[in-house]
Amino acid sequence: MQTVNGPGRSKEHEAPSRRRFLDYLLGTSAFATLGAIFYPIIRFIAPPQIVEAMQNSVVAAKLNELPPNSGKIFKFGNKPGILVRSASGELKAFSAVCTHLDCIVQYRPDTKQIWCACHNGQYNMNGQNVGGPPPRPLEEYAVNTRGDDVVVTRI
Amino acid sequence: MSLDQIRIWLDERLSLGSVSEIARKKEVPVHRHSIWYYFGGMTLFLFTVQVVTGILLLLYYRPSAENAFESVQFIMTEVKFGWLIRSIHSWSANLMIATLFIHMFSVFFMRAYNKPRELTWLSGVGLLFISIAFGFSGYLLPWNEVSFFATKVGTDIAGVVPVIGHSMLRFLRGGDEVTGATLTRFFGFHVAVLPALATVFIGVHVLLVQLHGMHVPRRYEHNHGYMKFFPNFFLRDLIGWILAIGVLAALAALFPWELGVKADPFAPAPAGIKPEWYFLFMFQTLKYIPARILGIEGEVLGILAFMLGGLVWVVIPFINREPEQRRRILIFNVFGVFVVLYIVVMTIVGYLA
Repeated sequence: MQTVNGPGRSKEHEAPSRRRFLDYLLGTSAFATLGAIFYPIIRFIAPPQIVEAMQNSVVAAKLNELPPNSGKIFKFGNKPGILVRSASGELKAFSAVCTHLDCIVQYRPDTKQIWCACHNGQYNMNGQNVGGPPPRPLEEYAVNTRGDDVVVTRI
Repeated sequence: MSLDQIRIWLDERLSLGSVSEIARKKEVPVHRHSIWYYFGGMTLFLFTVQVVTGILLLLYYRPSAENAFESVQFIMTEVKFGWLIRSIHSWSANLMIATLFIHMFSVFFMRAYNKPRELTWLSGVGLLFISIAFGFSGYLLPWNEVSFFATKVGTDIAGVVPVIGHSMLRFLRGGDEVTGATLTRFFGFHVAVLPALATVFIGVHVLLVQLHGMHVPRRYEHNHGYMKFFPNFFLRDLIGWILAIGVLAALAALFPWELGVKADPFAPAPAGIKPEWYFLFMFQTLKYIPARILGIEGEVLGILAFMLGGLVWVVIPFINREPEQRRRILIFNVFGVFVVLYIVVMTIVGYLA
């Protein structure tokens, strides 16, 4: 009995371990193959970061195109900014990107506020969120006049 | 070769007999609420209208920020019946969402998601999300002012999701901003990814309906008749579809779909801007939520609440395991009525605002 059973058992014991080793090889290579297929796909789907030279200063407008109580959208790098001139003639500049959900704001001469049409967000002339859903004030920029040019600079 | 010989030739190779046997046996229950059985088929019909008109639009549409608006303008003004094809595509999209909602709520209120139809409900909710994605991605393709801002807002909402939000936003936009890269992506989703997904989901959904047969509400379980699917129910379906074609043609002729003004990434959002009507109730809610609630940004809370609501909607069959209990019926009917009323009221307020 023992002579029959002994080698049989050891064979039984040996066979699965070889099988397990082969299974392990097969499994890991299948996994590696899948990884090699899906990794490039996942990386391909995520858009590359485009590094743009941050523009620190821009001529946003000519002074004469901005009468008191008006506003103008200008291009600041690849983002929109807004230049507003109060009724008293004071110039202010902010990011024109609404802090709520990314819409572009505008100046409303009737309410003398910066207004976002998308969800009725309101900011005062200092860029502070004073009504509607925006959670934060608009980012403010420095304004200087150089001759007839209105120059806006990141603070 | 006679027609009969062709039929025999095909039958020997495809055993059409078994298929026609299934078709012959297919029946539809007849009771007071049978009318609701038509809305699934109607949604499927409007989807095929979308496929056909969509393929036609593809012949002229050019998916880039420089050309998209002009190519749609070209379709609307120069191409023979271009106005008709595009208007039908837009109208049919909206009617499809409407019939899908009717179909979904009828299933909800008749508790047709009950065992063994949980997977039918899941595939159906999958189709709801696919349809909304179709609507959202297709809306941007004309590259006009309203669609540009709708996409800015919609993708920004995706960015609010904790942890994965920012990568999701970049994945959707093809960068940090809504640009021509976004348009190219949305075009790919709209004409390749979503149609492939929709085909699979519709296949599963329709197959499951064949497997289980039509659901009969508990009240009529023992007192209802049957109608043959072929030809009785099918011919009634057909009448509905012919009516739908008539309605679509009339809407396209009387209210051709507007193209609006070309998108300008450096222009303020136009006053009175609104999303498509099926997003309006969420849009209106976002307007009412204050900037901060308990120190958390209000919009984040609102968006997470809607996501949670969507999740609850998906797992309804698993929350409501014994839907025929008297108390359960009351609770879920009240919940359903509240959801419908909320959507209807907020949509109307959104329109009037």
